[in-house]
Amino acid sequence: MIAEVLAHDLALTRGERRLFSGLSFVVRAGEALALTGANGAGKTSLLRAIAGFLAPAAGAITFHGEAGLLESEDARRAHVHLLGHQDGLKSGRRAGDELSFLSLWTGADRAGIEAAVEALELRRVLSLEVRKLSAGQRRRLALARLIASPRALWLLDEPLAPLDTRHRAGFGALMRRHLEAGGLIVAAVHDPLPVEARVVELSP
Amino acid sequence: MSRLGLLFRRELALAWSGGGGPLLALAFYAGATTLVPLSTGPSVQRLAEIAAGLAWVVLALASLLPLERLFERDFEDGALDLLALGPLPLEAVAAVKCLAQWLAAGAPLALAAPLAAASLGAPLSLAPLILATAAIGGLAFAFVGGLGAALALGSRRGGLLIAVIVGPLLTPPVIFGGGAVAAFASGLPWREGFLFLVAYALAAMALSPIAMAAACRNALS
Repeated sequence: MIAEVLAHDLALTRGERRLFSGLSFVVRAGEALALTGANGAGKTSLLRAIAGFLAPAAGAITFHGEAGLLESEDARRAHVHLLGHQDGLKSGRRAGDELSFLSLWTGADRAGIEAAVEALELRRVLSLEVRKLSAGQRRRLALARLIASPRALWLLDEPLAPLDTRHRAGFGALMRRHLEAGGLIVAAVHDPLPVEARVVELSP
Repeated sequence: MSRLGLLFRRELALAWSGGGGPLLALAFYAGATTLVPLSTGPSVQRLAEIAAGLAWVVLALASLLPLERLFERDFEDGALDLLALGPLPLEAVAAVKCLAQWLAAGAPLALAAPLAAASLGAPLSLAPLILATAAIGGLAFAFVGGLGAALALGSRRGGLLIAVIVGPLLTPPVIFGGGAVAAFASGLPWREGFLFLVAYALAAMALSPIAMAAACRNALS
């Protein structure tokens, strides 16, 4: 279980371009971090660096548990959810199949999937093909795996963008519950998050 | 182990629906067995001579078809991110993908290969060896092809790139497998070619997952 994520003197580059440098922050259990900044400031890249896909040009990202430093690779495999721009859903498969694969793959059990279906009001769409879902329904389907399989650190890229007002509030409540249970959230956003969050503005 | 099974079932369903399955095999062999007599002339003896070799050529070409989607569709829709953050290392994910690809596309092709050869007049005594070499060769094609597919990730016109990368790597199994069948047909020793084919398939299964995983990580960064 991740209790703390630490970024120390971090710099990221994409190609020749330096996105930002000298960035340090810490996120502890129960805290949310909102990454803001102009388009292209490096919000998505930072999320992907925390997930281990991008190697920082300088500095380091470390994960700490109750008992001390965690091995990054293991921590990411077991305790990190990443929800990027794309939902990771196959358009030709049924929504229910996709939800159960992605949830079981990240460590959920059947009861967890049931709870997620209830929490995100997905019962009606489970038998449909993913291609027939609206953008908001797809996003809720993608968010459902966060609820279904309990992983401590949520990395979210514009998680609420396609959702309507009611479901934004609904997912806000789920985020609050995750934080109260000792979870961590790092989210790239343009609109404020529906939970209390520390804001980190990215700029070159 | 259950995670391996979970991933395997998903990959099998995707491979089956996305260009694999018995229909692909039947369409390919039906096309080859009807077109070849038209293009080479209807000499029964000549057809019987090339039948086994032809089955191998069709196998190699048909194995190239589904490769473009093997990693690309997961890369495009973001699912590769999720596979990378799962409980298994990417090496295992890549190996499972190739195995599922082989079962969905390679195995039906291998089953159809002796039928196609027999319908062109190859002696029935060749059928078991054609089936065995096609099954093992298909395994090599799936893993070597997966390597090409992973290296071509993110490039437009990936299919062309895959064919260029994979083409030379498909040559040895075609020589070993087709050679073993030809040697058997003319009463020469064939076991060496067959064993070389097995060795090539095993080497591809052992080495290519490492390269596929590295190529995927590179594409994700």
